[in-house]
Amino acid sequence: MHIFSLIFTNLRRHRWRALIGMAGIAFGVAAMLTILAIVTGAIGMFQRILASDSHYLVFERNVSDLFFSSVTREQVDAIRARPEVAAAHPVLFGIVSAPDHPVITCFGIEASDPRLAKAEWRAGKVADFGARPDEIFLGARAAEFLGAHAGQTIAVGRGTFRVGGVFKTENGFEDGGVFLPLKAAQDFFHRGDAASVVTVQLRDERRGVEFKGALEAAQPGVIALENREFNSTYNSFKILNFTAWAVGVCAFCLGGLGVANTMLLSVFTRIREIAVLRVCGFSGRQVAGLIFGEAAAIAAVGVVVGFTLGFVLLAVLERVPQFQGYVQASLQPLVLVGIVATAFVTAAGGAIYPARFASRIQPAEALRYE
Amino acid sequence: MSKSREIIAEAREVSKSYDGGRIVVLRDVSLAVRTGELVALWGASGSGKSTLLHLLGGLDAPDRGQLTVCGLNPVDEASRLSLRRHRLGFIFQLHNLIPDLTVEENLRVPALAVGAARAATAARIRELVTEVGMAHRLGHRIQDLSGGERQRTAICRALMNRPQLLLADEPTGSLDETTGSTVFALLKQLAERDGITVVLATHERRFAEACHRIVRVRDGRLEEIST
Repeated sequence: MHIFSLIFTNLRRHRWRALIGMAGIAFGVAAMLTILAIVTGAIGMFQRILASDSHYLVFERNVSDLFFSSVTREQVDAIRARPEVAAAHPVLFGIVSAPDHPVITCFGIEASDPRLAKAEWRAGKVADFGARPDEIFLGARAAEFLGAHAGQTIAVGRGTFRVGGVFKTENGFEDGGVFLPLKAAQDFFHRGDAASVVTVQLRDERRGVEFKGALEAAQPGVIALENREFNSTYNSFKILNFTAWAVGVCAFCLGGLGVANTMLLSVFTRIREIAVLRVCGFSGRQVAGLIFGEAAAIAAVGVVVGFTLGFVLLAVLERVPQFQGYVQASLQPLVLVGIVATAFVTAAGGAIYPARFASRIQPAEALRYE
Repeated sequence: MSKSREIIAEAREVSKSYDGGRIVVLRDVSLAVRTGELVALWGASGSGKSTLLHLLGGLDAPDRGQLTVCGLNPVDEASRLSLRRHRLGFIFQLHNLIPDLTVEENLRVPALAVGAARAATAARIRELVTEVGMAHRLGHRIQDLSGGERQRTAICRALMNRPQLLLADEPTGSLDETTGSTVFALLKQLAERDGITVVLATHERRFAEACHRIVRVRDGRLEEIST
């Protein structure tokens, strides 16, 4: 018999109690996994929208969110005129609503935008984009949840538009979005001639620093960030990430309380047995090790169950029509390691007091009343 | 019993009370136990014999007085751990085995505490259960055993790490007459054949009289009745 046998024997004896502790950890893992996967996926999708065939992102300096950024036509032209620039594509972001769909992301782009050429067109063609002033184009998911098809007239926001085409993109945000020619979008959102961002492709990526310096000197109102740099500094991404981890840790705290409760009850019902272990030569540290071992075993099972639950939940969420394709789970290995580490730290934290209590049980006191 | 044998356990003017001194259990008692002796601490329930046994085993600390067991002070934490692991074996009235473990698993508990090798532990278990006639019960859970079998298992557990001193607290107290006699015979054999020192707390005169020495415990004081 190994020391693990004692651990598993005790968990088996108090299986319902152990299951409750395990469920606490499992729900924590599942919650953290789901939230982080959704947030990371959303950030990833947004990053891919911005990074589409580009090296740099140019937007208004000191804005808290890209939806509030304004880069004027004049500034776009100046960017295009720079010798380092191969192509520059202005994008205007907006939010519109439709009956039963309060939030739909809207993209105002030019007909030359590479994402139109790269998309898989299910109805209409690239050349149609911007040909008629009252036309909008839908991502495949948007067409699905709006129940719209090419040629149909639908209400979006305060206007009605003819659906000029439907195309499929790999990006969930784009696939669930409404596309308008830039000029039409600027009119619709009362943005004059402004775009939210300009995605810039350089002739030579190695000349990025030179481009950034020259552009910001010439136009102090804008900032140019390399895609990587933007991803790590954009406040909205930071807030989303922080919120996701905070919510996840809160879920874990509840799981930790569950483990603490489980372990405490387990110790209280075994005071006599722990006293016997001490009499048989177990040190206080060995007794504490048993309690921590039980907590770790609970955490290990909780992690496995939690991951299973989380992945099933994500798979279901990705298929729920109401999410409009915005759920595209994405998990990096470091995040998974972070979740596992949090689960074990939480379980260990929950076991500290029970282990301390168990290691201090005095055999004589516990055995006095036979 | 030869007086020339070395003293293995000694209490000198030891006192112990509970409830902030309101319940005095032992009053300045002194006792010396020599190697290989089978000593009976005989007295009525509540006389203080279990308390004296607990003090000798380092399960409790005295209010006053000095204790020496196997050359170590059982009040000191490190000495106490060493004593429990290598030099002392405890047997209780209610066996105190772990119910959901098998006989074999219960016997492995003291070996786990000292990190003994698996093969050596297995050999020691075989040796002990054969000795007490429990070899056929190795894989059985404690709740499936009779009272006598449980107590024999408890004796085996106490002997696992080859202790020099066995402290037995009313080991026959919850057994019928026949089974009690069998268990006592086993303890006597350990003392007389194997040279293990046994201090037996008992309220049964017949077992006390079969020991090498009887120390009567009454009102917290010790009285040597026979040697």
